Amino acid sequence: MYQKRVVVCLDVKDGRTTKGVKFLDNIDVGDPVAMAEKYYLDGADELVFYDITASSENRNLILPIVEETAKRIFIPFCVGGGIGSLEQMRKVILAGAEKVSLNSQAVKNPELITQGARAFGSQCVVLGMDAKRDPELPCGYRVYINGGRTPTDWDAVEWAQRAVSLGAGEIVVNSIDADGTQAGYELSLTRQISQRVNVPVVASGGAGVPDHLYMVLTQGFADAALIASMVHFGHFTIRGIKEYLKEMGVPVREFWG
Amino acid sequence: MVGIIDYGAGNLTSVIRAVEKLGAIYRVASQPDELKLATSLIFPGVGHAASAMERLRQAGWPEFLLQWAHAGKPLLGICLGSQILLEFSEEGNTTCLGLIPGSVKRFPDKLGVKIPQIGWNTVDFHDHPVFRGLDPRASYYFVHSYYTEVTYPAHRLGSTEYGMVFTSALGKDSILAVQFHPEKSGQPGLQLLDQFLRWRP
Repeated sequence: MYQKRVVVCLDVKDGRTTKGVKFLDNIDVGDPVAMAEKYYLDGADELVFYDITASSENRNLILPIVEETAKRIFIPFCVGGGIGSLEQMRKVILAGAEKVSLNSQAVKNPELITQGARAFGSQCVVLGMDAKRDPELPCGYRVYINGGRTPTDWDAVEWAQRAVSLGAGEIVVNSIDADGTQAGYELSLTRQISQRVNVPVVASGGAGVPDHLYMVLTQGFADAALIASMVHFGHFTIRGIKEYLKEMGVPVREFWG
Repeated sequence: MVGIIDYGAGNLTSVIRAVEKLGAIYRVASQPDELKLATSLIFPGVGHAASAMERLRQAGWPEFLLQWAHAGKPLLGICLGSQILLEFSEEGNTTCLGLIPGSVKRFPDKLGVKIPQIGWNTVDFHDHPVFRGLDPRASYYFVHSYYTEVTYPAHRLGSTEYGMVFTSALGKDSILAVQFHPEKSGQPGLQLLDQFLRWRP
């Protein structure tokens, strides 16, 4: 039976894992490789490294992390943050990542999605989207870039559809309003996008308790739910979250040896 | 020694890391003559069937693989590397290697499921030395828009449900192929790879 995924996100800054609230005030929470291995052993279905390093010289610090992670964990993982060229995509894939997430750069240069899909296949190209409530737009959410600082003209649903037509194989929908609040995922945004595109949708931003994952995987129609704070601060384990989901009737991967 | 075919497939690094983890001696080869000492072969694959076949032809792999199969030596195709073993793929209307009778089809849009299938799913394995002892509760990681359809039911070695039931593991004599990625399927996937590396058909 096909299973819903629990994806753990590690925000990496200057080679360390951090966690912020509403994209600000990041605090150090640990060594990304050790954390990746711990989550792998605890039953994470997938991992995402999101590089939020500001300076371009420290950007390269992500590559040794990807290489080391690929030696220790045997589940898929994705790398995102600041990737703006085919060459950068190739580097992280050769370092051992399965997928590359394009975010701001995809908005600035949509052709990059198509180039990436042609070179590596659509399954490698994840569109990462940051969206914020905006009643002026048809779906009620506007796409933001540059770490949530810069608004774009894109309606979130329209951008998702456009990205899929360009070759994106999966969409991570991150709610800026919900990010770091631990008050629950943005269900309406996730549901609208999941209903309007025919690729898997990963919900992101706002998870605080296992029931939030249950809600977004059922009523939000998400195929996967991304979590960070819930497990980084030790309040929950992935195993515990999955046990809850299973109890609630959501099919999850429950045996990993 | 296990040979790993390098024809620019996207999951090459992951396959190498998994084989290293299992402690096997391996050789990554971009030319067939680098694999004279290999006793088994892994044929990875992520990407497009037509461009993959083209790259394989350029390096002379099709002849090598036909001889390999004829000699009865073990081969494991993964994902695209499994699809290419069949005769034909709808992806780019590509003529493939033809080591196993059958063809590769796109998931129909009307199934009501997301395409590609990305994520974890279970496999109902038939009895086979490489699949023996795997926990039936285990899940494996799939990423694909196309699926394999074997001509002869005897070549179907495992099936999976995703909007429809499709063949997720197949094989003929010493040739074995899986649609999922054992190198990315956690401990059960590593166990499967380990059992393949020990398999002497």
